[in-house]
Parts: sequence; C-alpha cells; structure tokens
Amino acid sequence: MTVLAPTRLDDAVAALAADPSLTVLAGGTDLMVAVNYGQYRPAGVLSLRRVRELHDWHVEGEGSAAQVVLGAATSYTTVLDPALATLLPALAQASRTVGSPQIRNTGTVGGNLGTASPAGDTLPVLVALDATVELTSASGSRNMPVSEFVTGPKQTALAQDELVTAVRVPIARGPQEFLKIGVRNAMVIAVANCALVLDLGGRHLACALGSVGPVPMRDRDAERWAEARLDWDARPPLDHALVDDFGRRMAAASRPIDDHRATAAYRRHAVEVLARRALARAWAAT
Amino acid sequence: MTPALASTGVQAPPARGGAAAGARVGDSPIRPDGTPKVQGRFAFASDLEADSMLWGRTLRSPHPYARVRSVDVGPALAIAGVSCVLSADDVPGASTYGLMALDQPVFARGVVRYTGEPIAALAADHPDTARRALAAIVVDYEPLEPLVDPARSAETPPIHPDGNVFRHIRIEHGDPAATGEVVVEGVYEVGMQDQAFLGPESGLAVPDGEGGVDLWVATQWLHEDRDQVAACLGLPHEQVRLHLGGVGGAFGGREDLSMQVHACLLALHTGRPVKMSYLRDESFVGHVHRHPARMRYRHHATAAGDLVKIEAEVLLDGGAYASSSSAVVSNAARFACGPYRVPNAVVDATVVRTNNPPCGAMRGFGAVQVCFGHESQMDKLAARLAMDPVELRLRNALATGDVLPTGQRVTGAAPVAECIRAAVAHPLPTTSNDGWLDHPGGAGRTAEPPRVRRGVGVAAGLKNVMYSEGFEDDSEARVRLSGGVASVTCAVAEVGQGFVTIASQIARTVLGCDAVVEPAGTVGIDSAGSSSASRQTWMSGGAVLQAARQVAGQVRSALAERLGVVPESLTLTDDGWIVGAADGGAVGALNMTVAEAAGDRVFESTAVHRHRRTYPLGEGGQGDADVSFVFAAHRAVVDVDTDLGLVRVVQVTTGQDVGRMLHPTQVIGQIEGGIAQGVGLAVMEEIVVEDGLVRNPSFTDYLIPTVADTPEVLATCIEEPEPEAPFGAKGAGEPPTISSTAAVAAAIRSATGVDVTRVPVRPWDLI
Amino acid sequence: MTGTTPTPATPAPDADAEAVYQLTVNGTAHRVEGTRPTDSLLHVLRDRLGLPGAKNACEQGECGSCSVLVDEVLVCACLELAEAAVGCEITTVEGLTPVGAEPGDAALTGTVLTDVQQAMIEAGGVQCGFCTPGFVVAIHDLLDRVPDPGPLEVREALAGNLCRCTGYGRILAAIEQVVTVRENGR
Repeated sequence: MTVLAPTRLDDAVAALAADPSLTVLAGGTDLMVAVNYGQYRPAGVLSLRRVRELHDWHVEGEGSAAQVVLGAATSYTTVLDPALATLLPALAQASRTVGSPQIRNTGTVGGNLGTASPAGDTLPVLVALDATVELTSASGSRNMPVSEFVTGPKQTALAQDELVTAVRVPIARGPQEFLKIGVRNAMVIAVANCALVLDLGGRHLACALGSVGPVPMRDRDAERWAEARLDWDARPPLDHALVDDFGRRMAAASRPIDDHRATAAYRRHAVEVLARRALARAWAAT
Repeated sequence: MTPALASTGVQAPPARGGAAAGARVGDSPIRPDGTPKVQGRFAFASDLEADSMLWGRTLRSPHPYARVRSVDVGPALAIAGVSCVLSADDVPGASTYGLMALDQPVFARGVVRYTGEPIAALAADHPDTARRALAAIVVDYEPLEPLVDPARSAETPPIHPDGNVFRHIRIEHGDPAATGEVVVEGVYEVGMQDQAFLGPESGLAVPDGEGGVDLWVATQWLHEDRDQVAACLGLPHEQVRLHLGGVGGAFGGREDLSMQVHACLLALHTGRPVKMSYLRDESFVGHVHRHPARMRYRHHATAAGDLVKIEAEVLLDGGAYASSSSAVVSNAARFACGPYRVPNAVVDATVVRTNNPPCGAMRGFGAVQVCFGHESQMDKLAARLAMDPVELRLRNALATGDVLPTGQRVTGAAPVAECIRAAVAHPLPTTSNDGWLDHPGGAGRTAEPPRVRRGVGVAAGLKNVMYSEGFEDDSEARVRLSGGVASVTCAVAEVGQGFVTIASQIARTVLGCDAVVEPAGTVGIDSAGSSSASRQTWMSGGAVLQAARQVAGQVRSALAERLGVVPESLTLTDDGWIVGAADGGAVGALNMTVAEAAGDRVFESTAVHRHRRTYPLGEGGQGDADVSFVFAAHRAVVDVDTDLGLVRVVQVTTGQDVGRMLHPTQVIGQIEGGIAQGVGLAVMEEIVVEDGLVRNPSFTDYLIPTVADTPEVLATCIEEPEPEAPFGAKGAGEPPTISSTAAVAAAIRSATGVDVTRVPVRPWDLI
Repeated sequence: MTGTTPTPATPAPDADAEAVYQLTVNGTAHRVEGTRPTDSLLHVLRDRLGLPGAKNACEQGECGSCSVLVDEVLVCACLELAEAAVGCEITTVEGLTPVGAEPGDAALTGTVLTDVQQAMIEAGGVQCGFCTPGFVVAIHDLLDRVPDPGPLEVREALAGNLCRCTGYGRILAAIEQVVTVRENGR
C-alpha cells in the first residue's frame, strides 16, 4: 500500500485521477477508526496533510455576497479561531461541539462533508447557509450546494476521482444559532441538532435539522411562514405563539428514527424545542 | 524470562516507598509507582513484549444462542504467518472453568450461549494477520431462539445442563405477616452497567520449554486465576506461574478469566510467547457486566414514620454463565432493606441464566441495585408521610447493636446517622452562570435557564466488607528487613487502588525505614485473595502488618539477646522505634528504629491474615454471614432542562464510614472515582442489549462521564474505628458507588416531579 | 459496531508489504520499518519505536489515552496514519521537557519529572495510570496555550481524556497546583 503525500493541490488531483481507488486522508478521524478495527483496508492513501491550499481560508466577495472560502482540510479548531468564528458563528458553535479537543484539532470540515453522517454537526449549518462545496478532479472544479452534495446517510455526490477542495460559506448577515443534544456534556454524537440563521437585510430565515432524517433537512414552507410573520423592521420581542408554532412546524417536517441512541419520539420533540429556542435566541440577538 | 517493557528492555523497577517523613500510615505519600506512571514507563500488561512473540486473537460467537455444528480452522491455518489455531478439542485439562460453578467453557463445544462466547483462538505473527485469520475460520452455526427475558428463565427449558436458575434466596425476618398503617409500593429497574476499565484485557504467556508456562496478566486475583488456568491446562500449579502485569483498572471486570487460558494454550502449542490484548469492542463482550435488576418493593411503616416491614422481590439477569452471580444475589438479598432498622422483612431474590451477556462482579456487587430500590421507596414513603426524606432516614437509621434482616447483629461501627448528617451538612452549591458547561446540555448550548429546575436528593446504603457466607478467606504476606530496607512480598493485584502505597506505609510505620513492594506473582507466596469486596486493606494490609510486626518482634528478640536483657524490657512503638523500658536501667538510653536495631542481619517473616468465621445463610436466610459492614450516604444536586430532559449533576456530597484513613488522599480518590461511576449509572451508562446482541460495544456509545460531566464532590470521612479491622480501617472502594446513583435519581425526581423508576435515566423519561 | 466479527475487505496485493520511512519523535529521527502501511502512529510508537507511553484504551479517538503532540498540536495517535506523519515533529509523554530544561535536553528529559507530572502524583491524580500519559500531554498542551485557564475552560480542554478511576477530582487539583506555582514563579 502506498501513502502519497503531495504538497500541491494539482499533484493531489493528478494522483487521484491516476488512481481513483486511492483513499483520501485528511483528518482521519473517521477513516482511521475503520482501519484500526480491520473494517477497512485501503489499497492506497492520498494524504492531504501537506497541501497548504486545503488548510487555508479566505474571504471572497463583498457585502451580502461575501463568503468565506474554507479549504476542505480546515480543522474544527481553526473554525473556532475568533477570526473565523465572527464570520461564521454557527459553524464555530457547531465545531465546538464536535468530539474532543484532539478530534477538533484533527478533524476537518471537508471530512465532515465527505463522511456525510446524518448526525454530522457542521452539515445543518452549511445547509442552512446555502453553502456550496467545491469538488475538483483532473477535469476541473464544480460547485454544488451542500444540500445536493449530501444525498443520503453517509452518501454523497462525490465522484471517485474527485476531491472536496473547499466549502464556500456565506458570511453571517445576522444572528446565528447552533444547538446540539447529546446525553453527555462532551464527546457525543448528536441525538438531534439544529442550525438557525437570520439574514436581516434579506429578511430571510433558514433552519436546518440534523439527526432527524437521512440528510440534514430544511422546511422551506416553515421558513417562509416565519419570515412573513417576523417584524424585520422594528424587531420587537417575539410572540410566544409564533415561536411555538415554528417549533411545531419544524418537528412535523422531521423524519426521525428509533436507534440505540434515542427514540424517534424524543427526537421529534427535541427538534421542536431546539427550533423554538434557536429562533427565540437568534431573534433576541437582533 | 522476564518480558520486556517495550522502551528500555527492563521491567519497571520494584515500587519503592517514600523516603521522607510523611510516608507513614495516616499520611498521604506519593504512590511508589507514580513516577513511572506519569512518565509512561509503567509496564501495563498491554505494554509487555518478548522476543519471537506471537499475537493471539479469539474467535467469538456472533449469535446469542446457537448450535455449533462444525468449526473448520483449516482456512485460517493456511494463511501465512498463522502458527496455530485451537478450539475445544485442544483443551487438555478441564474444559470448563468458573469462579463459583465450573460452567463456562474455555472454548464452546457444540453450543454457544451468548454473543461473544469464545469458540477458537489463534496465534499469528502480526495482530493484523491474526484478525484476518479469524475471519477465515468457518463455523457452521444453527441459530436457536435465545432466552433473553430473565422473567421467563425459570419456566423455559434449560439452556445449560446446570439449569436456568443460578440461585434463589429467601430471607424471612421477624413476622412475615406484619403490616404497617402506611404502605408504599414500587417497581424499579437498574440497567446493565459496565466496568469500562481503560486498560484492555491483556496478557503475555511465555512457555518455559519444559511443559510449563509463565503468564503476565492484568487480573484481580493471581492465585485464583492460576488455579483455574492450571486446571484447564491439566498442569500442576508449579508449572503455571502467574505474574501481575500492570492493571489498567478493574472494578470487578477482571475477576473472571478472559484471555488467560487461551494465551497459555497458544504459547504451549507454538512454543513461543503469545500476547493477547483486546480491542475495545472485544473488551465490551470479553468480560462480565453488572447484573441488570428488576425489583418490586413494598414498604410498611407507622404513621409516625417507623419502618415496620419491607417486602422485596429481586430478579437479577445473570446472563449465560454463572460467574459470581450466586454471591451477587446473596448481597442483593442481604442488603435489600438498606441501612435501617427493619423489624420484619421478606426478601425473595433470584438470579437466572439467559442468553444475554454474562454478568458478575462490579463494584458494589448487588448492593447498588437494591439501594436504588430501597432508597426510591424511602422517598416514596417520606412523601406519603409528608415527612422530610432526611428525617425519615435518620429516624430509622441502623446503629451498632441493631439486627439486620439476616438476624446478624451489627457489632462493629455503624455510623449511619452520622453519614447522613454529614452528607447534608455540606453547603448547597450556588447557581452559577459561568458558561455553557455549567448548564444541562453543556457545549451543545441547548439550555434555557428559566426552563432549568434544580433538584436535591439523598440516599444511604450499606454493604458487606469482605467475603461472606462462610467463605474461608485469607491473605499471605512476607516482610523482609535487610540493609535498612523493608521489602514486602504480597500477591495483591494492584489495580490502581493504591495497595502498593499502603503496604509500604505499613512496613515503614512498623519498622521505621524505607519500604519496597515486590512485584506480585504466584511464585513463592500464597494467595492474597481478590482485589474486590473492599477487602484488601483489611486482609492484605493486615497480613503485611502482621508480618512486619513479626519481624519487629524478631529484631527485638535479637537485640535483647545482644544486650543481655529480656525482650520485654524493650518496647516497640507504634511508629517503628525500639525504646528502652520506662524504668531506665541498662537499656534506658536506647532509642533507635527497628531497622537500625536490625543492623546487618536479615530478618524475614511470613504471616497469613484471616478474619473471624462467617456462616452460610440457613433457614429463612438467617445467619451471621458477614464480617463487617460499611455505610455511606450521598446528597446529589442536579439541574434539569425540563423541556429536553437533559441533566447536569452539579454536586454530590457524601458522608462515608471509613473506620480509619490509612492514606487520606487515596480514600478521597476512591470516593471521587466511585461517585463518578455512580453518576454514570444514574444518567448515562448502559450496555444496550437487544435480542442478546450488545448494541453499543464502544466508547462512542457506551458513555462514561468525562471531566465535563462530573459534579463537584465534597466528602466527609467518618472515622469510627472498626474493632476487628487492622488499624480500624474499612475498605473505601465500594460505598461511593452504592448510594450515589440513588441520590442522583432522587434529585432528578425532585427537579422534575417525574417518578423515576429506572436508572440510567434517559432524557425521554423526563419530558 | 455490531456484535458480529467484522469482515475485512479483501486486501490488495501489496497490502502487507512492509513500509519503510522516517519519523521524528521527541527530537530524534527514527527509521521505521517492519510496519504495515495501515499502522496508526499509536502502533508504530508502541510496537516499533519502544515508546509505550501512549496507550491503547480504545483506538477510536474516544478516550484520549493515546494523546500526543504532532507539530505542537494535541491529537490522538490512534487516528494518525503513521506514514502520513512523516515530516512532522511528534512529541510523546516520554519527550516532554521539564520546566527549566531545554527541549531535547536528553540528560533531563524522561528522567526529571515535569511540573505537571510532579503535581499529578502529589495531588493523587494517578490511580491505575492508564489515562495518565494522555492527561499529562493534554495538560501540558492546555497550559502552554492558556497559562491561566478558568475551571470550565480546563474541563472543556480535557473533555477528550477519559479517566475511570479518579473521577477527575485529583487531576483538576493537580492542574490548579501547577497553575498556582507557575504564576508565583512569573
């Protein structure tokens, strides 16, 4: 088994084009568990550790079009850095809940996307923000919304010869919230999570739920319903009935299952509470 | 040959006690193995290696109950690098083993009775090869309908020739027909907890080339392991020598054999050292768990709050093999009523066999489960009586001289009321808002402070210290004084609890010099008994004390002879000195440590410590079954997010009956560690078993408390010396786990108003 | 994972080929050979380089007992593919530098205890010791980055290190002791 460790992105892309069976290794926090337990034996590994571009981020565009271009190998710890956290508050809140400091130092946003677990903590945030993922192969790059990229539980639209190279995330245009439920205070896989973002200028609200369906889910009807009723100009304290109703709508849209971590009934109830609290909190911050 | 610690090629040096003052009994010296542990040089069993070593792995059943029609190891043997594949036909001696009943096969033959039951083992040149080879073994199973409901065990055809009921105990105390003016009933459940020690099952077996074998292993009882291993290997004891490999925690999970026989068999077959070290998923099925329990209780009391009678039915699921189930159920029965004066009681306790994972010893050993039952009942009773739960407990608290439901009178220290008062005397925590970790839900940021309710709960419990029902327990220790250093040899399994520390403190105290604790093994010393049942301080500490005193006596006699006086004119002090008789005379100016008095001579003595006799439970479950009892009370404060059911355990306080603290810091360590395990059982720990399959055999989904989950712990140690115990000290390891879970559950009830009847409490139970 | 024995995928023809590469650990370059290419850094440290300090409590990144520093960043060695750590500076518990010593000061490193190690044994933060090396490394990492962490900050920083014996109380006390002593020394 070969371990390739290119330093340049185009070398990485070329290596993958030459051998699409290579296993791409960024943080390794999912891959290495499977390797350690003998469940997965890669024939070859393409390590992205040294590809500088994938670890960097920068801001692109201006005003309401401004977005952060996160290299796919951006670690959760990097997202927690104040410089990024102020631009992407919900993503930082989500990153803070992932695993442990060791995991956050190593795990990457690109990896969270590539694994596409229904419980992935960055995914609801990216879906709520209409983030796009950049996929690169030897034939070039393409971008697609994260909501289209994640196609099912642990399934993505990634072609075998493609690398996730970046995620483009719109910069916060208003308050954002990310809430996550686990049975323990730290190092838990989400029983349910919720991202809610407000675009004050655009008068938009987006709310995505995780762990209550095969992929992170939004309900555009519920969002439009709320948008129409929020007083975006005066921004008075929220009406309880509105908040409660919003929570119920989000819960009704969810498709949770029973598993060894939680019951479907609890998950449905939980996302109602999370959506309610996320909306109330985000609005109170306006 | 001595296996190597991988780094330096040398075994970690013998533990050496503190040289400075402050290393005597009652002080808190640094533990002798502390330095190598913080440096990463301490040799755990999983760190050992030897030249030409092979790696062993075990093939385990994927079915909870199945006939095994055939096992074809040929494909595995054909893999390059595989030296040997063994199964049931290759066991030369006893084909079954066990702590109490020899009902557990070394390798399954013809039938498997739990998911994870070993069928075969192999040795290969690399752990990866071993894993691939395991998958190549072809086993023809015929799955059978598993028995997974313990309530049906008794009426289901036996799944083992020994039958489906391990033991039934009935205790009848006083008047079985007595009733009280007030009656409260309840049904309670405790889920399956796991010891979850961090050091995986590990050992290294080295054949000696003459038909015998040396085994370095992480275990709780070297000699018991040796006896069982020798029986299965068909070898005399002298040819099976066990040595303690460093143990990464135990909590009862290493009392049964895991890889010992397998590794020795592979080593003897291949003629090479064989190392086995379980991965975490194998560990979760490779050892016994805490018995899940279902309990029905009825408490009768007077309107004034005096307990009149307790009725309890307890059903424990023992899983596929006996392990120590019959002792666990006896504990559950004997302590089902709690630390209270109960004039009348009827307790019916049964432990049954199922095709669920085998259960056995875990810290608290049956007392944990019934404590949740009896303390839930006491709170129910208090509510019915409109009485303060603390007052109700104090009113009925056991004290020295009272009689237990087994008819045994408590003759030792029994400061139950003091424990309760001490637990509740600690100041309650203030409500803090420092950060998300202070709130239920933690960094998930879910909490909404107006929706968080705080609750407070108390609980008290008791347990036996040491073994019971006539079990003849003893411990042997040898102390050798030479060149101003005392060396202690004792086969105690140091599992983290700090026996090596107190052993060196004891020797130092009696002999007044540095002390070294030799590595533990079965050669040259008899059994020290198990590191369990909170017994080692008493039994092995007692043996060390005895042996050290014997040495001191020898030194005194030798010195007296040299001085031409009778030994009685020299006094041995409590802190290791020999002084002259009070009347002065020829030896009036004498003032030296025992070690100094020994000079160049070598003195050595061996002692066996025993406790007074105990008796089996007879008719109606009556008998003086126990040596001593230990008590503790806990108060828990929790915050609960009432919309989400998320719990944060804010504070747990305790009053614990310790007898005497030989090492105060280590006692606190046992208290804090035990409370963490109690919190775990209360809110997050459960082995989820569905149709006999373990659903969560990993730390991803078997959650133990992180440092972000543990509460503030405030402890009061009540030192009322236990008359028969060396130094008056009682074991401190188990009490912290017994009533802490019940206290947290009570606090959750108080916060939410939900009638919590099962632990671990889940968020969906509270909304 | 379910209760069944995992079935590994059929290995590619050269999956067992031994890899040879160089790793820099505790300031020393080590030639690594005789490993499988899929070996984690944890396996290589323990089984090839004679550095058993990092422990194998879970090999899933869930316990922190294998915590090491890679390029001064705290990670789980079990989740690092060893061969992918070529070119990195790896620090294990065996290579921590005591206060007052220079990094790589071989005469002191590994023989004299660091202040964190000393405090852990004085405060009673060590029972069985299996989690201890991971904690020592993680605590050093925390205090190097944040000299005066608040109580909740400490808990969050160490939430990736499990301990089953101590309940963490004496470990937190050890950290307080170190912080106090370091502050007084400044």
